[in-house]
Amino acid sequence: MSDAQATIARGLEEALRRALPGVTGVHALHRLSGGANQETWAFDAAGEGAPLPLVLRRTPGGGSHPGFGTSVPLATEAKVIGLAGRVGVPVPGVRYVLTEADGLGQGYVMDRIEGETIARKILRDDEFAVARPLLARQCGEILGRLQAVSSAALAGLPLGTAADQLRQYRGIFEQQDEPHPVFEVAFRWLEDRLPTDGEQRLVHGDFRNGNLLIGADGVRAVLDWELVHLGDAMEDLGWICVNSWRFGEIDKPVGGFGSREDLFAGYEATARTPVDPERVRFWEVMGSLKWGIMCMMMYRYYASGLDRSVERAAIGRRASEAEIDLLALIYPED
Amino acid sequence: MQNKPSAAELVGAVRSFLEQDAMPRLEGRAAFHARVAVNALAIVERELDAGPGAAAEEHARLQEMLGRDGTLDELNRELARRIRSRDLDPSDAALRQHLWETTLETVGVDQPRYSRYRREMERRKRG
Repeated sequence: MSDAQATIARGLEEALRRALPGVTGVHALHRLSGGANQETWAFDAAGEGAPLPLVLRRTPGGGSHPGFGTSVPLATEAKVIGLAGRVGVPVPGVRYVLTEADGLGQGYVMDRIEGETIARKILRDDEFAVARPLLARQCGEILGRLQAVSSAALAGLPLGTAADQLRQYRGIFEQQDEPHPVFEVAFRWLEDRLPTDGEQRLVHGDFRNGNLLIGADGVRAVLDWELVHLGDAMEDLGWICVNSWRFGEIDKPVGGFGSREDLFAGYEATARTPVDPERVRFWEVMGSLKWGIMCMMMYRYYASGLDRSVERAAIGRRASEAEIDLLALIYPED
Repeated sequence: MQNKPSAAELVGAVRSFLEQDAMPRLEGRAAFHARVAVNALAIVERELDAGPGAAAEEHARLQEMLGRDGTLDELNRELARRIRSRDLDPSDAALRQHLWETTLETVGVDQPRYSRYRREMERRKRG
């Protein structure tokens, strides 16, 4: 066990013995993902009964997301997960929110649910053959249910309307100082079709393959709520249709596993408002543009020396996949 | 310079070594990064092969469309500026054709297995 790991195990044990009745120790702690900012650790909390499978999600230094959106503090994320769970959205139960006294940074402890988040497995493995045709409708139902969270409960969340996001991404794009005529066309297309602001709703902000925990029976949990914001209810429906998240299954626009018809039918079954397909398309174009600009930005991390990995360097070359998707969306007849 | 092996051949040799000798001996994170490295070298090989021709054609199209001369970067900045300032309409036929040709060349180098690229190339082949 490394020093860092031992420190986390000790801190968690102290915190959870106080917070969760019956917990006596922390075992089998191991790092799940190596995100640049957020860390996820799996562990078992031992007590009188069977060991409790848990996950710690934390930001060691309490820093913020490197600019992909307006990320909320992890304590806010934990609160929103609670709100989503209460309106029937499948989420991991939050067991404990870290305090400063724990000395573990910002974060929270949640239930560890069995399932898969790797898109290529979900889209190809036999294990998920029964679940796959159900997923698009389930995603729609989940996003529809999210609309039931009362706006009063959401006070204080960042606002991210279409106009806000266009402004934010224009700013990031300008900082790169790299000409991309296709992105300029996309900015213009979006500016000319800016939807009028309706009621501000709860938006997950990164609802796609990778952040959906899937089991043999379908969606088991929606994860990674750090880009949660108030905005257009159609945003999440458009984001999950972005071609980059279809992993080659281009004819299944929803995450590479389903149809827009199923997604929309699921949404309308649980939401109080109908789907506006034109607005969903607006957000799909916005999504591809955002992804393209994120790719440019990730290359900048490499160029600036902050992250010298091959992966960080190579992802810059994925900006062109966003360009071809944008052309196909903007000029469907060409 | 007439050095042999060419840059493309050297990169190809390194890629083959990584792919066939190194990768099978690696695990976990190192194996993943080796896979990313192999893909990056394949981009370099494709760019060495197709890049100069594609850049020359892009340059010629930009000169024609913008009616002026300059480096490829200058002309791309000028094109971006004209779209942004609304001097050039996105529905302009020459612009559309230029953007498609340039983007198809770029994705063909960066990621020829990308689903949308394959779909568009098939469509164009069928006419």
